[in-house]
Amino acid sequence: MEFKFTETQDKLRAEVRSFLEEELKHGSFEPSNDAWIDGYSKEFSRKVGAKGWIGTIWPKGYGGKEWSFVDRLIITEELLRFGAPVAYHWMSDRQCGPCVIAYGSDEQRKDILPRIIKGEVSFALGMSEPDSGSDLASLQTRAVETEDAFIINGQKIWTSGAHEADYIYLVARTDPDVPKHKGISEFIVDLKLPGITVKPIVDMMNSHHFNEVYFDSVRVPKSALVGERNRGWYQIAVQLDYERSGLERIMSPYPMFHMMLDLARQEPVLYNNPEVRHKLTDLVVKFEVGRLLIYRVAWTLSQGRVPNFESAMAKIYGTAFEQHLSHMATQVLGLSGQLMEDSRWAPLRGLASRSYLFCAGATLRGGTSEILRNIVALRGLGLPSQ
Amino acid sequence: MDLSLSEDQEMLRKMARDFLANECPKTLVREMEEDEKGYSPELWAKMAEQGWTGLPFPEKYGGVGYSFLDLAVLLEEMGRACLPGPYFSTVVLAGGAIMEAGSEEQKQKLLGEISEGKLIATLALTEPSASYKANDIQVTAAAEGGGHVINGTKLFVPDANVADVMVVVARTGGQGAEGLTLFLVDPKASGVSITQLKTIASDKLCEVTFDKVKVGQDAVLGEVGKGWPMVETVLQKAAVAKCAEMVGGAQQVLEMTVNYSKERVQFGRPIGSFQAIQHHCANMAIDVDGSRFISYQAAWMLSEGMPSTKEVAMAKSWTSDAYRRLTALGHQVHGGIGFTKDHDMQLYYRRAKAAEVTFGDGDFHRDVVASEIGLPDPA
Ligand SMILES: Cc1cc2nc3c(=O)[nH]c(=O)nc-3n(C[C@H](O)[C@H](O)[C@H](O)COP(=O)(O)OP(=O)(O)OC[C@H]3O[C@@H](n4cnc5c(N)ncnc54)[C@H](O)[C@@H]3O)c2cc1C
Repeated sequence: MEFKFTETQDKLRAEVRSFLEEELKHGSFEPSNDAWIDGYSKEFSRKVGAKGWIGTIWPKGYGGKEWSFVDRLIITEELLRFGAPVAYHWMSDRQCGPCVIAYGSDEQRKDILPRIIKGEVSFALGMSEPDSGSDLASLQTRAVETEDAFIINGQKIWTSGAHEADYIYLVARTDPDVPKHKGISEFIVDLKLPGITVKPIVDMMNSHHFNEVYFDSVRVPKSALVGERNRGWYQIAVQLDYERSGLERIMSPYPMFHMMLDLARQEPVLYNNPEVRHKLTDLVVKFEVGRLLIYRVAWTLSQGRVPNFESAMAKIYGTAFEQHLSHMATQVLGLSGQLMEDSRWAPLRGLASRSYLFCAGATLRGGTSEILRNIVALRGLGLPSQ
Repeated sequence: MDLSLSEDQEMLRKMARDFLANECPKTLVREMEEDEKGYSPELWAKMAEQGWTGLPFPEKYGGVGYSFLDLAVLLEEMGRACLPGPYFSTVVLAGGAIMEAGSEEQKQKLLGEISEGKLIATLALTEPSASYKANDIQVTAAAEGGGHVINGTKLFVPDANVADVMVVVARTGGQGAEGLTLFLVDPKASGVSITQLKTIASDKLCEVTFDKVKVGQDAVLGEVGKGWPMVETVLQKAAVAKCAEMVGGAQQVLEMTVNYSKERVQFGRPIGSFQAIQHHCANMAIDVDGSRFISYQAAWMLSEGMPSTKEVAMAKSWTSDAYRRLTALGHQVHGGIGFTKDHDMQLYYRRAKAAEVTFGDGDFHRDVVASEIGLPDPA
């Protein structure tokens, strides 16, 4: 065992940090919670790309560096720690790129991967539908193959960032006459195609980050199909593991956490209060546990093994932590914990109350904690299914 | 022992529920969140007609003469409906303070006007320190020419933006609980400025600053320097009144959630048939019933005039946490749809956080319980 990083990795972390400190100094961004979801900056993503920090784990043949999953985690940890606006390239780097590498055609790889690596292309994830959330395999959006195209009809919902993205990574039904898991395919669809309508949904924070996406006889070229027709369900499984196993599942409110600890170090009313001390230190301990559960996933991957329940475990733990943190932060701030961003008196720039609202979705998006616990129990612990 | 409501209380509850279902739909709740005033004057007038604004005040002051327990029954329905507006500030806070501290004349005039629905009032207690402790009251009132001059800042003052009168807790001398005095202040008086804060529950909490605000002799509520014990009594009642609101909200969230889990189908069956969801719902039900009994126990004791410091603190510490926990579970069961502004779930989730921190959160009241069970203060 060795709970430390290599010298090269330490150097990498230091480099990412000094880049971010520099950017902060130039005011290129303000640290924000959840910036991997709603911090869209094409310009910033280009800078991260120029640094060579996107697609680092990919094969060299596709422009990657063949770094380890742990290396990638170090980069993302620093980006999240600083609350940098990385939403524009996040999904592409995390899961869409790897899917194209695993299942895409050569044409797709040549087209998409170099652009992802430069931070120049953004994906939204088109999975959930009004009647198909946890039961994703029951999805109804149809893709009908014609001689030279697929014609897509249907509706996606809760699509984060569809109004900012260039493409939607779409799962649709290509064969309605076989068991539900066996008739699904994946597509990369240009969001500018005629027939696509992106309609904003106002979320419970009164902001617009996710959408409904309607497909009305949208004609996509055959080359948009990723991998094999009707094998989509099996392809997605890998994608979901990537989706669930990152540090964004515990660090979404990290900038607020960091500010809160700083505030507590300075404010006698806080540091002199034994309850506050216990709450904060308990959070620090819990965070460290979660961080290790997530590093375990990356480490497992870097050993060439598939973490088939570990990422579910990490996400359950991490998102529960995020909710606990947000609750504790608002509570430690007492009456002031209810002040929102624009209030003159709001401590921590109002990030605590914001985080309290946003965290309600943490245990839902990317697979609910109930579904993930089923995975841990069945796949991880070998418990019998009902 | 009798854990049920009396016939009259059942009637009050039913009337209130029907009335609010008609008069306070969620469209109004949502509209009022964005509204400058934050309440509907027409609805206020109708509530006064029902006798609600005078509910807990004695008949000789123009009130209805109901008990605090009866008031809790009404507040529960208000919490269920997310009733927006200054009812709590006017009746529970300011009305409570006037009842405790006011002279006969003040009670006659002010409680009479409140009961008629003609006067909106509030209590200006907390300050930027965000504390409910007497020690932390720093707004001053200096004696001058027979009256007083008030200076300083109050924060989190509910509904000051629409109040006709504020009960202001200010320091006339001394330290800690000594030397605090209650004043009746006109929010439109020169030197008073009011700014609305932006809050998680979109309620109308305000910053109120006093810049050399002159008030006359008749502005004193009760006796100079003797205000704090009155404030403590009002705070006790307010904490339990808030619990009653929370119980109403919690009951509604439970019902919404159970209904939704019967309707929503995934994997070819209602999600309520999954044990994970059943357990969430069962946990929510335990939290609702626990909150209900611990809160009503305190309300009953206050109503009976019994010493109830410990029971009040137990009620608020439990219910604050239980309501918040329960709304989080409600969201979990509702999935994506509950994360939208259009869904009612968030109305309760946001209010639960506000209610939790108001009038002392769980920690604050657990400290009270600690002294009540004889734990000496930490060195
Ligand atoms: C903030 C946010 C962002 C999102 N972004 C995206 C996005 O970009 N792209 C996208 O495609 N989707 C997105 N989603 C959707 C998300 O993936 C779904 O909300 C999630 O999969 C749950 O589906 P649902 O909302 O339909 O809830 P349901 O599936 O209806 O679940 C309701 C409840 O039932 C439980 N449940 C369901 N089945 C079972 C079972 N078998 N056993 C036990 N419990 C069960 C669930 O755990 C949940 O508690 C987002 C959601 C949120 C909240």
